[in-house]
Amino acid sequence: MSGTTELWVIIIAMGLGSFGLRFAFLGLVGDRAMPEWLLRHLRYTAVAVIPALIAPLVVWPSATDGEPDPVRLAAAAATFAVGYLTKNVFAAMGVGATVLVTLNTLL
Amino acid sequence: MAAGPAMSSYWRGVRDGLPFLAVVGPFAMLFGVLATEAGLAIHETMGFSIVVIAGAAQFTALQLINENAPTLVVIASALAVNLRMAMYSASITPHLGPLPIWKRGIAAYFLVDQTYAQSILDYEKHPDQTTSEKFAYFMGVMTPICPPWYVFTYLGAVLGESIPASLGLDFALPIAFLAMIGPMLRTPAHRIAALVAVVLALAFAWLPFNLGLLVAGLGGMMAGARAETRLGLTP
Repeated sequence: MSGTTELWVIIIAMGLGSFGLRFAFLGLVGDRAMPEWLLRHLRYTAVAVIPALIAPLVVWPSATDGEPDPVRLAAAAATFAVGYLTKNVFAAMGVGATVLVTLNTLL
Repeated sequence: MAAGPAMSSYWRGVRDGLPFLAVVGPFAMLFGVLATEAGLAIHETMGFSIVVIAGAAQFTALQLINENAPTLVVIASALAVNLRMAMYSASITPHLGPLPIWKRGIAAYFLVDQTYAQSILDYEKHPDQTTSEKFAYFMGVMTPICPPWYVFTYLGAVLGESIPASLGLDFALPIAFLAMIGPMLRTPAHRIAALVAVVLALAFAWLPFNLGLLVAGLGGMMAGARAETRLGLTP
């Protein structure tokens, strides 16, 4: 069964590679001081990568074959607005999910 | 009572990670279903979720395996999708770096989108935590996210196609992350970083292997760092 062997080669290589990427800085840099310019960039990792990760999913949802969808856009806007105004993650998720389900049911 | 503060940090993390169960559950089940449909045995499907533990990369690999892509292409593409993990690793190192190596190894294994984003949000909100409190919080967040990733993969693989395609469930992931962005926008530099990242992500969405995300992430980080210097902000 060479198909099975190949599959496990993929799984193990992906596992080692993913762990390597995750361990790269955490393991090798540890508590050694990093230069200030690098730290200044790293402070903005989350606030840059997370919006970049979801922006295409919001604008071009795969469930609608990439067609912008008013219901999903409305739910996204509501989620973001509540999160921004209240700084409360759970309130934002709750409102976003409610808007999504309500509009999906009504429309 | 040495374990006191760490213990309460752990439970605070569990509470903050719990809403992600609503995202991870369906997402993991979907992987289990699709992997089974692609002809993978249950232990192979579980191998993916336990050894790789990275949703987007697993879906990418599955897609390419279905298309009979060469093994090397499958591995390289899936790892390209996971390159952002190295950025998470660098970003969380100032917080978890002082831990002993084996704890850093554990944290690295569980470093996924949700555990990273929720932990960083908390570390910035409560900067006076000790390293062990931060690690306990991270492990707390991980608890309702990572073990359920295995369990729901298994359920998906076993139940297969009996799961109905529900309304808008695909959108649980964007909603969960969108909810976290508002609280992250603490300073003008953060807002500039997010805005630049979104514009670049949409402009470079056509790049193969998810490379648009890297362009957008790096561009947003550079914009934020530049704005911080220009505006004379304190982080």
